[in-house]
Amino acid sequence: MARIRLQDLAHSYHPNPSDDRDWALRGVDFVWDDGGAFALLGPSGCGKTTLLNLISGLLRPTKGRIVFDEQDVTMLEPRVRNIAQVFQFPVVYDTMTVYENLAFPLRNRGVQPEVVDRRVRSVASALGLDASLNNRARALTADAKQKISLGRGLVRQDVSAILFDEPLTVIDPHLKWRLRSELKALHQQSPFTMIYVTHDQTEALTFADQVVVMNEGEVIQIGTPAALFDRPNHTFVGHFIGSPGMNLLPVSVDQAGVVRFEGYAIQNSSQGSGENLAAKGLQIGVRPEFVRLQREGIPVNLVRVIDAGHMRILEFRHGEHSIKMVLSESSAIPDRTPYFLGFEPNRAHLYADGWIVA
Amino acid sequence: MKTENPKAWFLVLPVVVLVAFNAVIPLMAVVNYSVQETFGNNEFFFEGVKWFREVMTSQRFRDALSRQIFFTSIILLIEIPLGVIIALAMPHRGWGVSVCLVLMAMPLLIPWNVVGAIWNIFALPDIGLLGHSLNKLGWDYNYTRQPIAAWFTLVAMDVWHWTSLVVLLCYAALTAIPDAYYQAARIDGASRWAVFRRIQLPKMKRVLIIAVLLRFMDSFMIYTEAVVLTGGGPGNSTTLLSIDLVKIALGQFDLGPAAAMSLIYFLIILLLSWIFYAVMTRDELE
Amino acid sequence: MTRFKWLVPTLYIIFLMLPIYWLLCMSFKTTNEILGSFTLWPERFTLDNYRRILTDPTWYGGYINSLIYVVLNTIISVLAALPAAYAFSRYRFAGDKHLFFWLLTNRMAPSAVFALPFFQLYSAIGLFDTHIAVAIAHCLFNVPLAVWILEGFMSGVPRELDETAFIDGYSFGRFFIRIFIPTIAAGIGVAAFFCFMFSWVELLLAKTLTSVDAKPIAATMTRTASTSGYELGLLAAAGSLTMIPGAVVIYFVRNYIAKGFALGRV
Repeated sequence: MARIRLQDLAHSYHPNPSDDRDWALRGVDFVWDDGGAFALLGPSGCGKTTLLNLISGLLRPTKGRIVFDEQDVTMLEPRVRNIAQVFQFPVVYDTMTVYENLAFPLRNRGVQPEVVDRRVRSVASALGLDASLNNRARALTADAKQKISLGRGLVRQDVSAILFDEPLTVIDPHLKWRLRSELKALHQQSPFTMIYVTHDQTEALTFADQVVVMNEGEVIQIGTPAALFDRPNHTFVGHFIGSPGMNLLPVSVDQAGVVRFEGYAIQNSSQGSGENLAAKGLQIGVRPEFVRLQREGIPVNLVRVIDAGHMRILEFRHGEHSIKMVLSESSAIPDRTPYFLGFEPNRAHLYADGWIVA
Repeated sequence: MKTENPKAWFLVLPVVVLVAFNAVIPLMAVVNYSVQETFGNNEFFFEGVKWFREVMTSQRFRDALSRQIFFTSIILLIEIPLGVIIALAMPHRGWGVSVCLVLMAMPLLIPWNVVGAIWNIFALPDIGLLGHSLNKLGWDYNYTRQPIAAWFTLVAMDVWHWTSLVVLLCYAALTAIPDAYYQAARIDGASRWAVFRRIQLPKMKRVLIIAVLLRFMDSFMIYTEAVVLTGGGPGNSTTLLSIDLVKIALGQFDLGPAAAMSLIYFLIILLLSWIFYAVMTRDELE
Repeated sequence: MTRFKWLVPTLYIIFLMLPIYWLLCMSFKTTNEILGSFTLWPERFTLDNYRRILTDPTWYGGYINSLIYVVLNTIISVLAALPAAYAFSRYRFAGDKHLFFWLLTNRMAPSAVFALPFFQLYSAIGLFDTHIAVAIAHCLFNVPLAVWILEGFMSGVPRELDETAFIDGYSFGRFFIRIFIPTIAAGIGVAAFFCFMFSWVELLLAKTLTSVDAKPIAATMTRTASTSGYELGLLAAAGSLTMIPGAVVIYFVRNYIAKGFALGRV
């Protein structure tokens, strides 16, 4: 079982990194709790695959340390690190049967044949593969092959963490849901830590207990899906999570400490008066779910209504700024022009240079 | 999905005309000659299978055939494994890749008579680097006089000339293997041999089939390089099938036997190629 | 063990370069020096051999002849193969599999078998000793190869591309030239490379079908070896020059060599 600690971990693919852009991963310091299900979420190129490969040992970090429980594993090879990894597309050994595929990691470690047989059969039945044990691995469907990849990790008794690198990429959409549920069920029965890399927020938010959001090599925020939704620490998180993303409007804070958008009062800033905040780029972030129509507030024009299935997105404009609002499909669009918008109390957050203020 | 379209024949027509012109007409002529005898003056008499029987029973043909089989077997045994080993050792990234590829491809693009000429001179005992060095090292080496030396040189030349083809084909297959396979193998704790046997070799299988087929066919047809190198000698110790055939056809203008031999020759290649191909692709059909 | 991995390709390349080095060496020596003593590099460096070749029409004519028929053959082979490969890749028609297989068997034809019949055939139609004769003769094995390679690349292009173009109103000709060909440009490059290569190096048929006017460099070289005794330096220079087109072609396609050998089918 493993508690994985990352200490000041940084990695660059260049032999002599000079500036920030040469670093794929910059200064990650974080602990993955034993047995948790984590999602590592971020856009392409944000460093999540790099981080994963560092944890599994496929890469040696340029700087920093990785500690499993109390053991410093930074310099250790993958095979001694008690981790398993499932890749973007199914990796199976074509010439071997399903049984031999699952037995492979155990046989490489010199495990006794009876133990091998027991473990393979138990994992195969947990994954629903027992019917195909004697078939050539090559002949199976993509989702079955991914299960084999997963199985090769589960079959080792010493595995404490399983890392997934966007494993559903090549799976048919209607099977994605099923495979995802099976993964979640498996996790509930087993004690290992799961780290799941994805750029799809739906996958991350439904799968994980805790989500680690990354961008440009840095960890931006870690928290439960609810926390990320309600209180994003960074405008990037607000924008990336939630569909549609958070509304961002430039604001200023006046002498009395009231946050104002184009002169319209929104709420009181907890930072007191605006003096210490004046220099930075201030923005207010509020999710379309927390925008509502009021008798008075920010005057806007309704520009567009987008039908997004179970909900409707209303796009309003004030001057050159657009504010989106979400309505469930059963609600009618109120017909009281002119429209005024307000935000639910305590749902709008103040950001300075992208980072949340208090 | 392919669609049914009889008009596709128009697209294929130029190719059919070109190849048929070159293949069908001459082959018809060859078949024609193989069953006739001429005494000059353009008079032909039908002889049936006389030439075929004569060729198949002639010691000369059988000797040439066995020399040819021996030659092809040796070079396949050397070039295929050697090619695989070199391909496995080549870098996948960096400046070394272009350098390797360009230099290795060079022997493939040298006209075959020049290949023969290069080795002809290179292996001469007095003025050739190879010949001179071998003699210095203690081997009384002279390929113009000793059959064994001649065979050695012939095989060395072919290996020099064609191994790169195998290397390049295998290399292409190897570089197509995604990194994830190697990464998974590292995590699974696979040994270097297991990685080769379970990942690399299966992925190279199609390419190896092509390489073996190509080398088999081409080595069975070898002519120019061998002729320029040894002329079939010393004596006729390195007279392979093509060399013998050309001697009979263009040298002696013995149309009948030459034609019969040509057909037998062609059929042997077709048959052996088909067998190779069927055997090696049998588990693709699973 | 892996530390010495680089040794393997290095040793192999040295093995490949030695005979070439020796040839180059010899081309810069006088015949006297070659026959007289054994030296590892030219002691009296001379450009005489090259000078002679580049100024003597019987010599440089040979190169020009070879280049002419090789280029002709490459163009003819690729042009004929393009529509045929398209047909094989996109359509089913009566006898298509058999036709494809028959084409491939021609690649297996020993040139020796065709030497005499070609001689008679091309003489009979009055094309003996012309560049076009060799160019067409080489189509025997180059056209099937070009079709095979191009079909492989074309099969990698989804049919949706064709269908979209037809829906958009392109005529077949316009679609083929303006859309399809640029898509398979790499494949055309590979096919042209192989056609060039096999035609440039093949010499039995080239020599059989020519005598004076279209004589390839190979014939000139063999003639020199037998008639004027062993003018080794000259021969070496001639041989060295034949390597230049090959080197040039490799240089231009060096980025595609690995991809090209995948032949779209591996």
